[in-house]
Amino acid sequence: MTEKFISIEAIAKRYPGADGGEIAVFEALWLSMQRGEFACVIGHSGCGKTTVLNILAGLDAPSQGAVIVDGQAIEGTSLDRAVIFQSHALLPWRTVLGNVAYAVTSKWRHWDRAKVRAHAQTFIDLVGLTGAEHKRPSELSGGMKQRVGIARALSITPKIMLMDEPFSALDALTRGTLQDEVRRICLETGQTAFMITHDVDEAIYLADRIFLMTNGPGAVLAEIVENPLPKDRGRTDLHRHPYYYAVRNHIVDFLVSRSKSFATETPDHDPRNVPVVRIGKPGLMIAAGDDELRQASWPGSSRSSTSY
Amino acid sequence: MTSSLRLRAAIVSIALFVAFVGVWHIATRSTGAVASMSPEYAKLMGVTATAGKSAMPGPFDVGAKLWEHVKQPFYDNGPNDKGLGIQLGYSIARVGLGYLLAVIVAIPLGFLIGMSPLINQALDPFIQVLKPISPLAWMPLALYTIKDSGLSAIFVIFICSVWPMLLNTAFGVAAVRKEWINVARTLEVGTLRRAFTVILPAAAPTILTGMRISIGIAWLVIVAAEMLVGGTGIGYFVWNEWNNLSITNVIIAILLIGVVGMLLDQILARFTRMVTFPE
Repeated sequence: MTEKFISIEAIAKRYPGADGGEIAVFEALWLSMQRGEFACVIGHSGCGKTTVLNILAGLDAPSQGAVIVDGQAIEGTSLDRAVIFQSHALLPWRTVLGNVAYAVTSKWRHWDRAKVRAHAQTFIDLVGLTGAEHKRPSELSGGMKQRVGIARALSITPKIMLMDEPFSALDALTRGTLQDEVRRICLETGQTAFMITHDVDEAIYLADRIFLMTNGPGAVLAEIVENPLPKDRGRTDLHRHPYYYAVRNHIVDFLVSRSKSFATETPDHDPRNVPVVRIGKPGLMIAAGDDELRQASWPGSSRSSTSY
Repeated sequence: MTSSLRLRAAIVSIALFVAFVGVWHIATRSTGAVASMSPEYAKLMGVTATAGKSAMPGPFDVGAKLWEHVKQPFYDNGPNDKGLGIQLGYSIARVGLGYLLAVIVAIPLGFLIGMSPLINQALDPFIQVLKPISPLAWMPLALYTIKDSGLSAIFVIFICSVWPMLLNTAFGVAAVRKEWINVARTLEVGTLRRAFTVILPAAAPTILTGMRISIGIAWLVIVAAEMLVGGTGIGYFVWNEWNNLSITNVIIAILLIGVVGMLLDQILARFTRMVTFPE
C-alpha cells in the first residue's frame, strides 16, 4: 500500500444539543487519500460532508481526532490546502486579476507587482478567462465567477484542492464545461483533490474513489467505491462504458435506501476498515466480444475489506 | 426618457420656487395700519410703523442683502460685524475638527467592537446610555472642564458625531460575510492585513453611511452650540442678527446653513459611492 498523503484519523464533531447533551455529527471517522488522487464525498445534507471539508481546510477544528497531511498534523488553515467555495466567495471590490493576485501575494509576499501579475495571469489563462482580467465579479456569470475561484485556488499551487459543491449553483451546461476543466487541470498537474458533491455523475466522472457517507447525525463513512472507469474517460461517452450503470446504480441505491438503514443493518461496521467496493474487477466476469472485460450480471460487485 | 423626466422635474421645481417667492412677496407687501405720530417720534420708529411696511422682509430685500454678503464675504469690522464667509468658515472649521476627532476615535473603536464580541458586550451598556444624550447637555460640563468656549463647541461636535460612526462601523465590521473572512483565513492572511484588505473594504459602505449621518448631525448641532458659546460662527451670527432684529440676515443665514449642510452631505455621499461595490 502506498503512503497516505492525507490521513483523517478518528475525527469526531459534536455540537451541544438542546437538552444539554451533545449531538455528534459524526464519530470516529477514518479516511485516507494518496497523492494525486481525486476523491469525492457523496451523502445527504446534514451528514457532515462540509464539516469534514472545513476540518481538512482548517476552518473548523474536530472535537476529537487529528488530520495528518503530508506527514504533519494540521493546525488551522494553510496555503497548502486551497478551498474552492460553493458560493465562489470572490471579493467583489477586486477585479478578476485582483482576486487572483490577492491569493498570489498572500503566498509570496516578497514578490514584486509584475511577478505577481504574471503569475496570476497564467492561472487566469488556464481557466479560460483571458480578456476578463479587469472585470469585477458582479460583471461575470456564475460559471465565470467559479472559474475565478478555481484560478485563485490553483494560483497558490496547493498540495490539495478542497471543493465544497463547487458547481451546484451552476446550470447543467456550465457545470459540464467546468467539470471538464477541473478534470483536465487535475490530470495535468497531478493535483490531489477532495470534493463534496450531490451529483452522482459528477462523482463518477471526476473521482478516482468515491466516499459514501450515511445520514447524520451519527454519520459514518459506509463504503469506498473505486471508480472502475478508465482514466481517459470522457464526459460525453461516460454512460456508454459497461461499468457505468453498475457504479451509478450502486451509488444511487446507497443514497436512496441504504444511507438511512446502514447503521441498523451493519452494527459491526468498523470505521477503520471501511469496505471497498470494486465493481467489475475480480469475481464474476466473462470476456466480452472484444478484449474488454465485462461484468456478467448485477449484483456482481465484490466487497472486500482492506485496511485503509 | 430619464432626461425628459429630469427636465419635467426641473420645470416643476422652478415653478414651485417661483410660486413660493410670489406668495412670499405678496404676503410681505401688505401695508398695515399707519399710526399718526409726530415727525420726531416717526424718526425713531421704523418704516413698519410709519409707512405700514411688513416687519417680515420680502424676497427682494433678502435677495439684495444676500448679494451684498456675496460681494463681500470676508470683511471684518470687529467682533459683532464679520462677513458671512468668515462666520461659516469658523463653523465649518469647528465641525471639521470635532468630526475628525470623532473619526479617529470611532472607527478604530468600532473595529474593535465589531471584531470582538467580548468588547461589544462590555461596552454596550455605556454606549446605550451615552448615545441618547443630547449633545448640548454636555455643554456646561465641557465649559467647566475645558474652560474654553471654542474648544467646548468642538467637544460637543465630537460627542454628537461619534455615535453613528461607532455603531455603523461596529455593525459593518461584524456583518462582513463569513466566506470572505474564510478566504483570508485559507490564504493565511494575518490579522492586520485581513483588517485592511478584507474587513475594511467590505465594511466601508456601512462605515461611510455612518459618517454621512454623523456629518449631518454635527452640522445641526453646531448652530445650536454656537448660539450658546457665542463669539463667532454661523450659529452666533443667527443669534446676533436676531438681537439686531435683522430678520433679513436671519433668513440669509438659514439659507446658507441649508446650502452648506447639503454640500457636506453630498461630499460624503460621493465618498460612499466610491467605496460601494456591486455584488
